[in-house]
Amino acid sequence: MALFQISEPGESDLPHERRLAAGIDLGTTYSLVATVKSGMAVVLNDAAGRPLLPSIVRYTPEGEIVVGYAAGEAQAEDPKNTLVSVKRFMGRGVRDIAHVETLPYDFVDAPGMAKLKTRAGVKSPVEISAEILKVARTRAEAHLGGELAGVVITVPAYFDDAQRQATKDAARLAGLNVLRLLNEPTAAAVAYGLDNAAEGIYAIYDLGGGTFDISILKLSRGVFEVLATGGDSALGGDDFDHRIFCWALEAARLPPLSAGDARLIMTHAREAKEFLSRHDRAQIACRLSSGQVLDLTLDAATFAGISDTLVRKTLNAVRKALRDAHLKVADVKGVVMVGGSTRMPQVQRAVAEFFGQEPLNNLDPDKVVALGAATQANLLAGNRSGQDDWLLLDVIPLSLGLEIMGGLTEKVIPRNATLPATRAQDFTTFRDGQTAMAIHVVQGEREMVSDCRSLARFELRGIPPMVAGAARIRVTFQVDADGLLAVSAREETSGVEAQVTVKPSYGLSDDEVAVMLKDSIRHARDDAQRRALKEVQVEAQRLIEASEAALKEDGHLLSAEETARIETAIARLQTLILGDNRRQITLAMDDLGFETQEFAHRRMDQNIRRALSGKKVAELDLPGRA
Amino acid sequence: MEPLEFNADFFTLFQLPRAFRLDLAELERRYREAQQAVHPDRFAAAGNEARRVSLQWAARVNEAWQTLKSPLARARYLLELAGQAIGTTSNPAMDSAFLMEQMEWREAAQEARVRRDPRALEHLRDRLAQTLEASFREVAVALDERGEYAVAAECVRRLMFQEKLARELDDALAALEDEEADA
Repeated sequence: MALFQISEPGESDLPHERRLAAGIDLGTTYSLVATVKSGMAVVLNDAAGRPLLPSIVRYTPEGEIVVGYAAGEAQAEDPKNTLVSVKRFMGRGVRDIAHVETLPYDFVDAPGMAKLKTRAGVKSPVEISAEILKVARTRAEAHLGGELAGVVITVPAYFDDAQRQATKDAARLAGLNVLRLLNEPTAAAVAYGLDNAAEGIYAIYDLGGGTFDISILKLSRGVFEVLATGGDSALGGDDFDHRIFCWALEAARLPPLSAGDARLIMTHAREAKEFLSRHDRAQIACRLSSGQVLDLTLDAATFAGISDTLVRKTLNAVRKALRDAHLKVADVKGVVMVGGSTRMPQVQRAVAEFFGQEPLNNLDPDKVVALGAATQANLLAGNRSGQDDWLLLDVIPLSLGLEIMGGLTEKVIPRNATLPATRAQDFTTFRDGQTAMAIHVVQGEREMVSDCRSLARFELRGIPPMVAGAARIRVTFQVDADGLLAVSAREETSGVEAQVTVKPSYGLSDDEVAVMLKDSIRHARDDAQRRALKEVQVEAQRLIEASEAALKEDGHLLSAEETARIETAIARLQTLILGDNRRQITLAMDDLGFETQEFAHRRMDQNIRRALSGKKVAELDLPGRA
Repeated sequence: MEPLEFNADFFTLFQLPRAFRLDLAELERRYREAQQAVHPDRFAAAGNEARRVSLQWAARVNEAWQTLKSPLARARYLLELAGQAIGTTSNPAMDSAFLMEQMEWREAAQEARVRRDPRALEHLRDRLAQTLEASFREVAVALDERGEYAVAAECVRRLMFQEKLARELDDALAALEDEEADA
């Protein structure tokens, strides 16, 4: 699918100069890391040959941080300091968390996002997730033999802005350069689609440990287009465990449990669930701290019965997504099953019955997301060869809106709009002489603001006093390809402007990240400084390479004077990179950015025209190109 | 070739004739080609400036696609380009026979909803689809053949009502289905 082969800015001209890239599936229960090796996506195993990395972090009494299987072993004995399924808390307040009363943790309700009290101090889900990402990073770098240039991290398609931002912050804390946050079902579609040369309408049914996504995609040569997505970011395998847990408490008439016993039974509930994927009945047997012995048998039919409402909830979301895509069940050519929880026979049966066809299980449901992410990371890092080239068009899962009078919402970007998306909306004052206006950004489908998720509040001040209705306030929403929102507002008659990246209400400010980075490497404070410098140097180098490639490629779009100015800015940055003044490097990068602004516009303009004229670059007379 | 401005109209952007009757397959092809050229994923490893420009362009291309692929949005856009005001839906000039008809539709929909009768809703939805189609044919003639923008605007105003009703019918059907599934 080579529409036009120009090397993009930042893309290496030399084929052997590969940039190291990885895909990370940061899952509720397990995480995986994968990379592309000699053209094949592969999941990277740990030293013991295990592909899965349990998403469990333990803060030990010795002050160490243990991640993965070793941490998991301490769950029952040290539940408060052994954190599992922390993905469910990302970007969520205590009130948003399901079954919070049955969780063994000490929550601290911080503004925007719940935090957890551990023996190592109060930790945010972002910091805890960063520990998992660090292990994934180390694993990838050990396998690849070098530093990662960039990663793609997957998130549930149904994650809202807060949850996405939290994931991106965690990656930053782990020192990762995020090329893209990729929706899990979309990643799976890439892996499946490329493997099977699939074309047509496909549904990706992704039931993970803590989240459920359904995405409807149109696959055609070289394009993966998401038509609609839906789901529930708090519905997954954990909920099936919880159903078994509740069933066990009732069946054995157990008194209120200690945190350790609750964890123990939850673990046995999970094992029973997994056992029931292959057998008709499972035993739940363990000895509680009181000495009481629990010994129950759960059969498949009973399990299907107690979890039936969960399965039906997923099918309702499927129905809604199909409707949003203006499609019928019969239009769906194949249903790809993703996520370990789709191994449950009752899920397989329900999906088969709903779609009237056997779902596709030919890819490992645990690995497919990581494999797709690795493939996309490889592409985005610029390791593209002529033949593999594709485009992903994804959508926003939940509508974005503003609060208007009476606590109602006004939608600005509807759900399932293709990303990136920009939309502007005009508002006016409702009182004479009104000089300020509060803007409240929400995400969700409901009419009432109180039923939607609040993303940010900000105030536009300094509106010149006018009669009611005379001011014209234009609020612009911009959602990037990661599904992250930035909002700006401007009073059109006076030009008063307010620019907000929708972070403050729950995301981390740069200062907070700096503090956390320092915290996490307390014993080596200089390291933080050095790392920050190195990051800037790497980024500057990338910018220089990109600018030089652009000059080489499209220098003909510039006058001699413009070229000279850009070259001067490059040279200056080149010199500063060798030094250690971070601030100066940053300023020089800004300068170069400024000088190339107009150039970037002209290049894009040329690209799009070239694309639409349907000509290959080889047919175009391009000066300055060998 | 004409220089392509960021603010060029959507037809110019996709290099398609400015008309209501549009080859949708061609539109989709152009959209995809344009996205291939400007999408942020093409610039993941580029400088900030190039990434920013790419984001703006990709959003613009998406907006153009969303606008042109929907017949109602496309008709409204053509009227906007022609400087023809559509007027609000509360336009007093709306003829009363049409408003009466709308009321009847709504009552029928309400009744079917209360009776929990998905068949009746579907029947209404099918009938409405035919009405919509006829209205779009009128719009096509007014816009593409006669250049009668005021006539087209009148049609579009009706279509706005009818599409809203269609959405409500869809929502009602969806609500019934969900109720059934949860029962």
